[in-house]
Amino acid sequence: MTQTSFDVERIRKDFPVLSRELPGGRPLVYLDSGNSSQKPTQVIETMREHLALHYSNVGRAMHALGAESTEAYESARDKIAAFVGAPSRDEVVFTKNASEALNLVAYSFGNPANTDDRFRLGPGDEIVISEMEHHSNIVPWQLLAQRTGATLRWFGVTDEGRLDLSGLDDLVTERTKIISIAHQSNVLGTVNPVADVLARARQAGALVMLDASQSVPHHPVDVAALGVDFVAFTGHKMVGPSGIGVLWGRGELLEAMPPFLGGGEMIEAVWMDRSTYAPIPHKFEAGTPPIVEAIGLGAAVDYLSGVGMAAVEAHERELAAYGLDALRELPGLRLIGPDSLEMRGGTLAFTLDGIHPHDVGQILDDAFGVAVRVGHHCARPLHLRFGIPATTRASFYLYNTTGEIDALVRGLHHVQKVFA
Amino acid sequence: MIGESMYQELILEHYKHPQGRGLREPYDAEVHHVNPTCGDEITLRVRVGEAGKIEDVSYDGQGCSISQAAASVLHELTTGSTVRETLSVVDEFTRLMQGRGQVEPDEDVLGDAVAFAGVAKFPARVKCALLSWMAYKDAVVRSAAQ
Ligand SMILES: Cc1ncc(COP(=O)(O)O)c(C=O)c1O
Repeated sequence: MTQTSFDVERIRKDFPVLSRELPGGRPLVYLDSGNSSQKPTQVIETMREHLALHYSNVGRAMHALGAESTEAYESARDKIAAFVGAPSRDEVVFTKNASEALNLVAYSFGNPANTDDRFRLGPGDEIVISEMEHHSNIVPWQLLAQRTGATLRWFGVTDEGRLDLSGLDDLVTERTKIISIAHQSNVLGTVNPVADVLARARQAGALVMLDASQSVPHHPVDVAALGVDFVAFTGHKMVGPSGIGVLWGRGELLEAMPPFLGGGEMIEAVWMDRSTYAPIPHKFEAGTPPIVEAIGLGAAVDYLSGVGMAAVEAHERELAAYGLDALRELPGLRLIGPDSLEMRGGTLAFTLDGIHPHDVGQILDDAFGVAVRVGHHCARPLHLRFGIPATTRASFYLYNTTGEIDALVRGLHHVQKVFA
Repeated sequence: MIGESMYQELILEHYKHPQGRGLREPYDAEVHHVNPTCGDEITLRVRVGEAGKIEDVSYDGQGCSISQAAASVLHELTTGSTVRETLSVVDEFTRLMQGRGQVEPDEDVLGDAVAFAGVAKFPARVKCALLSWMAYKDAVVRSAAQ
């Protein structure tokens, strides 16, 4: 299935939005895939066709459409399991996004309904995150610490934008119950050294969760090879629809965890005073799930597998190299994140001397149709760490071209002229 | 290019050369306002003298060109006028900003602040323009309460 040569122009034809014009005849230069990606016809059509011809509820309808819908929904799970190398399809839990997947795991700890020692949490126990996390991988752990009296601790970030491992052995100790860090930073582009953190976690007896929202869309990811315990990612950043996310967890841990949301489909039997629960993954899928969205995500991973994740990664690496070189040419530009290609993805965040990112983003959009993200990108502590309120962020995906990076640079020169 | 209607020369001038910036003594009220979606913030002080005359509006903060220039224009338009006069300018400015670009601004009331008319077409940026003006209104109310 994997193509040998990567033809970006052919790929662009799969994404209808990329050939539209913005008001005023501006072409669209979409450099905001780290925020949310665009969708190929294959995903749009799969969802449309399901809605038009096969739709009904899943799991509970005893008729032909119920069977077709259930088959499509569960086969999406198979596809996603294969896509990330999950040892078992039952380890793939559908959530509504990465945030819900992270909250689900956080909620398992220190929960009175929990009976497993690994998820017991209280005063004296520690949770470890990092300063480069998205708010979705900070706030659930803050709430957990508040609920249980456990202590929240974190890795710092170096000036270069790397996870600071210098205090690893003091930070991760036998008091640590769970470490949850980004696989790839949504601001810095940094890919974190999972193996180093994992090795220390195993010595200390801590569980490890990865927020893979920015890695699964852009690199070949094999959860079994990574060796961690939980992985969260989100459909809308990987050419799939919004409203669907994934938690992968080791089956044995998912089985030990208490349920998260209660409702239909997550039960085995219900009495007025108690219930028993369905086996995983359904134990964690209360209520009617995002059926069409899950099927759309299945089509998205088919699409990405067809292109080949190694090819996607290689293409984005070229874009990152080109983008880094191009941005270096701009006077007064400060890159926030690693300046080399080593262990980094195609996400470039920066500041321009004396110009606020909101002005940068506004002029890029209005004058050139260049869509970037400006602000703190849901990573406020990281921006505080660098002493800045906000950055401008260009993030690349399989459908971007070096020509679009040229457009970004032309736009930035213009911005500097306006504010000169 | 739509952008040019927003970044008027006058706005850029005020951004590059802000008027009355910096916190000064004495003052009757001080407020701190934040725009949580973009992190822009302003600390603003007012000094009200005899017969309700605004003797000084001093401020400090950080943010985009729109929010910074709006504070500078606010300083110019309010200092030396009476509280009553300035509040009617605030009302007219608010009406313009919330008018989605459909409101014909009253130049006699707004003076230099008409330059912000283009901002009203960008809902995401209206809050930037209004940040210091809302802070001012708040500060005036507090100074009267004292
Ligand atoms: C690193 C990271 N974690 C978590 C999220 C949250 O994803 P979602 O909003 O789909 O839950 C995002 C994206 O916004 C992200 O970039």
